[in-house]
Amino acid sequence: MNRGKLIYTVKTGITHLLLIVIGFFWVYPFLWMFSASFKTQEEFFRDKLSLIPGSFQFDNIIRIWTKANFNVYFVNTLVVTAGTTLLVLIMTSMSGYVLGRYQFFGKQALMAIFMASISIPLVSTIIPVYEVIKSMGLVGTKLGLILSGAGGAHVVFLLLFAGYYRQIPNELEEAAKIDGCGFFQTYFRVMMPLATPIASTVIIMESIWTWNAFMLPLVLTLNNPSSRTLAVGLYAFRGENTVDWTGIAAGGSISVIPIIALFILLQRYFVDGVAGAVKS
Amino acid sequence: MKSVPISKTERKRRERLRINLWCWAFVSMTLIFYVAFQGWPILSSIYFSLLNWSGLTKDMKFVGLANYKELLGDQLFWNAFINSFKYMVLVVPLQLVFSLFLAYLLNNPKLKGSSIYRTIYFVPVVTTAAIVGIVMVFIWGVNGPLNQMLVSWGILQIPINFFGEGKTAMSSLVAVAVWKDCGIYMIYWLAALQSVPRTMYEAAMVDGAGRFRTFRSIVMPMILPTAGVISILCVISSLKVFDIVKTMTEGGPFYATDVIATYVYRMAFSSEMGMPRLGYASAAALLFGITIIIIGAVLNMVKKVLNQKRYN
Repeated sequence: MNRGKLIYTVKTGITHLLLIVIGFFWVYPFLWMFSASFKTQEEFFRDKLSLIPGSFQFDNIIRIWTKANFNVYFVNTLVVTAGTTLLVLIMTSMSGYVLGRYQFFGKQALMAIFMASISIPLVSTIIPVYEVIKSMGLVGTKLGLILSGAGGAHVVFLLLFAGYYRQIPNELEEAAKIDGCGFFQTYFRVMMPLATPIASTVIIMESIWTWNAFMLPLVLTLNNPSSRTLAVGLYAFRGENTVDWTGIAAGGSISVIPIIALFILLQRYFVDGVAGAVKS
Repeated sequence: MKSVPISKTERKRRERLRINLWCWAFVSMTLIFYVAFQGWPILSSIYFSLLNWSGLTKDMKFVGLANYKELLGDQLFWNAFINSFKYMVLVVPLQLVFSLFLAYLLNNPKLKGSSIYRTIYFVPVVTTAAIVGIVMVFIWGVNGPLNQMLVSWGILQIPINFFGEGKTAMSSLVAVAVWKDCGIYMIYWLAALQSVPRTMYEAAMVDGAGRFRTFRSIVMPMILPTAGVISILCVISSLKVFDIVKTMTEGGPFYATDVIATYVYRMAFSSEMGMPRLGYASAAALLFGITIIIIGAVLNMVKKVLNQKRYN
């Protein structure tokens, strides 16, 4: 009996040890980047491994924020992320509602067209997307980034919303009708508020997705640095300042800390969404 | 009096028409964005691919299939094409096996702190790939902490320029990619593993089957259908890789890690090769897009056939 318990404890211990070692390699790059943001250039090159900066100074962060325009990039990223997410939320919620609850002419065909887009890579559409934005006169603007970022069918979100709206009992809808609600009112007053859990998932997934986007903002802001997002900004900064590694680390920290914070606060919705995606 | 039954069907018809109109109004926004940024681009890609066009001027010349003909003989295109597949072949098995391993360890209700581990392994997934790529260039660099660690532990004699040498660049890229995305596949696997009833494990354990045996003969057959979906997702997304390649190696050294996305980007948007060639780049992008779609469709078919076999 005791022996069995001992074996069990040892086994659990080994599992934890393994998971901790792997975990160390998983967080090390982030800790390294955060600590490098506070190091002086000299300290950075003297001691590359250490995770605790000897001198806590904010020079790098201030330099990057003001002189390298990261204040502008930060606001750009925030605006683009908020705008794109809002658009995607509105359109997938409305489409998901009718796809989940109604039979209408052309529904099957519509769904098939949307589904067909899943495996099309962005690289195959980026050139015409650039041309579309150009013809709207929006190259290098935040609005251009928002509109093109919201493009596409968002099949996962559609399926999540459709699945959720489908299982809402009909009685609620009938009651709304009796109260004199029309089609839109029923959706807006009764159904949409009920779908908050899915809306949360969509908001957090789309925010993370847009915040992290690289190819689209890179291509669309090639001629207008003032509209760059953080990812594009840091890429350009490295191109121009290859030796300023503490500055690059500071820029990297500014770019990822908000999204890591958002994820840790709301990870339940995100993980549920990801898991739901593979099930549906 | 006679008009009553007619008006009833008429009313039904009108009601159905009203619902149809509302439904289309509700999907119209998605449809417009879909058409503008996915449907139309695909169609115009086909047209662009038949042009000799820099994109900078209105001056476009219809050249038929000349771009495709040129692509077939373009060594750099085939190099990028093959590299994309090389990357996929290396990433997919490593990614799937490692994430399944993590998920299997974490799918244990008795394991304390499993949600903390899960969060840690997931953090790279939510962080910006481009930022990760930029920072990793230093961490993996000749003077970076990774080389310093390996040398001080005696694993390496002299530091390796991981991304700077053709021999190591691709495998280093793959290692970073596995690190970056493994968390998402872990969540997929966890979702699959949670569909296996706990009692089945316990029964197997009672019968004296070890962890590995239990996994192979009880768990694996049950998660196989989901495993198919997860593998397809992994294959497709690995073929789409751009951000980390662009930021870590720019496709180099000497095109050793050049994938289709970086190739197309260079042709269409970068000035380093002289005038951009939108038409030619469109042809390359389209050819590759079609390849991915075909692979996706074939894998889906294979999955269906395998599933049917299992049930018969």
